[in-house]
Amino acid sequence: MNNELLKVDNLTKFFPVTKGLLLMKTVGQVQAVDHINFSINEGETLGLVGESGCGKTTTTKLILRLEQPTDGAVYLNGQDIQEFSGDALKEYRTQVQAVFQDPWSSLSPRMKVRDLISESLIVNRDVTKQEKNDRVAEVMDQVGLHADQADLYPHEFSGGQRQRIAVASALASYPKLIILDEPVSALDVSIRAQVMNLLVDLQQQTGIAFLLVAHNLATVRYMAHQTAVMYLGQIIEYSPTEELYENPLHPYTKALFSAALPAHPDDQREETILTGEVPSPMNPPKGCRFHPRCPIANADPKLMARCSEEIPVPLNVGNNHIVNCHLYD
Amino acid sequence: MQKDPQLAKYMAKDNMTSKDTVLEVNDLHTYFFNRRGITKAVDGVSFSLKEGETLGIVGESGCGKTMTALSLLGLIPKPAARIVSGEILLDGEDLVQKSAKEMQEIRGKKISMILQDPQTSLNPVFSIGNQVMEALGVSHKFGRKEMVSRAIDALRNVRVAAPERRMSDYPHQMSGGMKQRVIGAIAISSTPKVIIADEPTTALDVTIQLQYLELLREIQQETGLAIIFITHDFGIVARMCDRVAVMYAGRIIESADVRTLFNSPTHPYTQALMESVPRMDRTDRLFAIEGQPPALFALPEGCRFADRCSHVRERCSQEYPPILQPETGHDVSCWMVDQTWDQAPQEAVS
Repeated sequence: MNNELLKVDNLTKFFPVTKGLLLMKTVGQVQAVDHINFSINEGETLGLVGESGCGKTTTTKLILRLEQPTDGAVYLNGQDIQEFSGDALKEYRTQVQAVFQDPWSSLSPRMKVRDLISESLIVNRDVTKQEKNDRVAEVMDQVGLHADQADLYPHEFSGGQRQRIAVASALASYPKLIILDEPVSALDVSIRAQVMNLLVDLQQQTGIAFLLVAHNLATVRYMAHQTAVMYLGQIIEYSPTEELYENPLHPYTKALFSAALPAHPDDQREETILTGEVPSPMNPPKGCRFHPRCPIANADPKLMARCSEEIPVPLNVGNNHIVNCHLYD
Repeated sequence: MQKDPQLAKYMAKDNMTSKDTVLEVNDLHTYFFNRRGITKAVDGVSFSLKEGETLGIVGESGCGKTMTALSLLGLIPKPAARIVSGEILLDGEDLVQKSAKEMQEIRGKKISMILQDPQTSLNPVFSIGNQVMEALGVSHKFGRKEMVSRAIDALRNVRVAAPERRMSDYPHQMSGGMKQRVIGAIAISSTPKVIIADEPTTALDVTIQLQYLELLREIQQETGLAIIFITHDFGIVARMCDRVAVMYAGRIIESADVRTLFNSPTHPYTQALMESVPRMDRTDRLFAIEGQPPALFALPEGCRFADRCSHVRERCSQEYPPILQPETGHDVSCWMVDQTWDQAPQEAVS
């Protein structure tokens, strides 16, 4: 069993909604992330799945310390990241890196590849020019680029190559965790496989951990060891990936999986078409947040009475499979 | 009575064979002329579409899918781009020969389009009702009252809840899925024969995507609309399409009915593309196609996939393969299907 690297404990982020210009009155709160718990082991990947607006991106921002949590904490190797300051914070910034969705907007068009890749090294660590250049050549080689391309600008590369540059710049400072926010969804189909294979290989070579945020379920299945499903700011199911995909329990997870498109025209499967849309996180439903759209609760008035009042607690149903649903109580 | 979806699907298929061809595209060439020379965005594309049929056009970005669609609608960016040759026969009329003014009459009424991004295809300063009524007004002149009630019907047809209230809403008050429905309502408001859907669900969440695909299929069954689905997602093709055409570097390299294509993909590019997609039921290592598609302004003489193909031989880079048929109704542009392939010397080029 690998050691625990990152622990997210009751992490919560509410954004206040204000009204008026002078006398700003708080009229409500967007409950973007609401008491979530998960952990990532060294050298492993956690997949975070959910629809837009469910709080995936806010979670990554909290881990990157780009937002202050309202409640709860994030621990890296047992240390609360909110307590870091000065050099410790700089060190934290080298330990946790990110790769974003769109390599056209995440790389500065005015910087050479060499400067893009070495930026986190220079900002956060004292390195000599020689060390910098050596490291740039090394990571470029690791991601499958030629070291002699270091003095080109991003516009001279294709989408897949740009994403390799983004991965290289995340790798440069020897991080322990890289947050991958939709790393392949902006890329072309035939290029996606190249980048996914690269990430899997890098993990095996360097023992790096990933937090993979994606809406494509097949991508998560391919890359993640553990998977957490989010709905409206909460984690509703959390399990080893194999177990989750073989045996999804929460009605929302089931619906999400059944909405994934078939791999063959003859694939006949039960399709659960959810009615309605995700409610506003400003005023989430009482009880279980999924109950207004839940096909099972809606078919059973007795169950509905409970789901619409009582918040389900995380239940471990075996095999480290955790689900928040009254059905399994 | 419970309808058997499988049976209904097959019955629909049987009817289709007897239906008329609504759209026929013959050897279409759309080129861009600029300082770099000629960019062959669409370079000899042919296909046909029957009433009530769904054709999927699959390919990566820059392969000419969207340019093919814009050529059909007469919306290619002029004067940089031009349809150099070819025919687009819609109900027997050649759209290539039509003037801009005549195309305005045809667009919306006979052929219509749904774009990828619902955030940008509605006008933010007009109400939903206004925009649906504008589309209705293209083909019919009604009084104000009649217009409003028809617009409400149009919204109801795409399952917008409480359409009377939604009429006065503005686009920013609606979710992405709802907006895409409104765009659907606008596209079908003048009962066109053909709709081109250019990646209509890419911007939507998976559960909303499924709702929308189901809606399109229901509308198609009600109206006998022919749909061209432009996508890069084989999942959408598997779920929605009757026939598929795979495009690469401006040309269709393989086309067949959907089952044939999924059961026996024949062109090495189609095979590689299918194997490079991660699947829900498998976790073995993905096959990655190395390299990039060729630049459209410097296309090679021979097969355009030759540089990335693992089966490549000398002939591939010399001559463009003709359309060959390994079985009826299955067109493949690849020398491997040619009878002489197995007899040719095995001098593989690295």
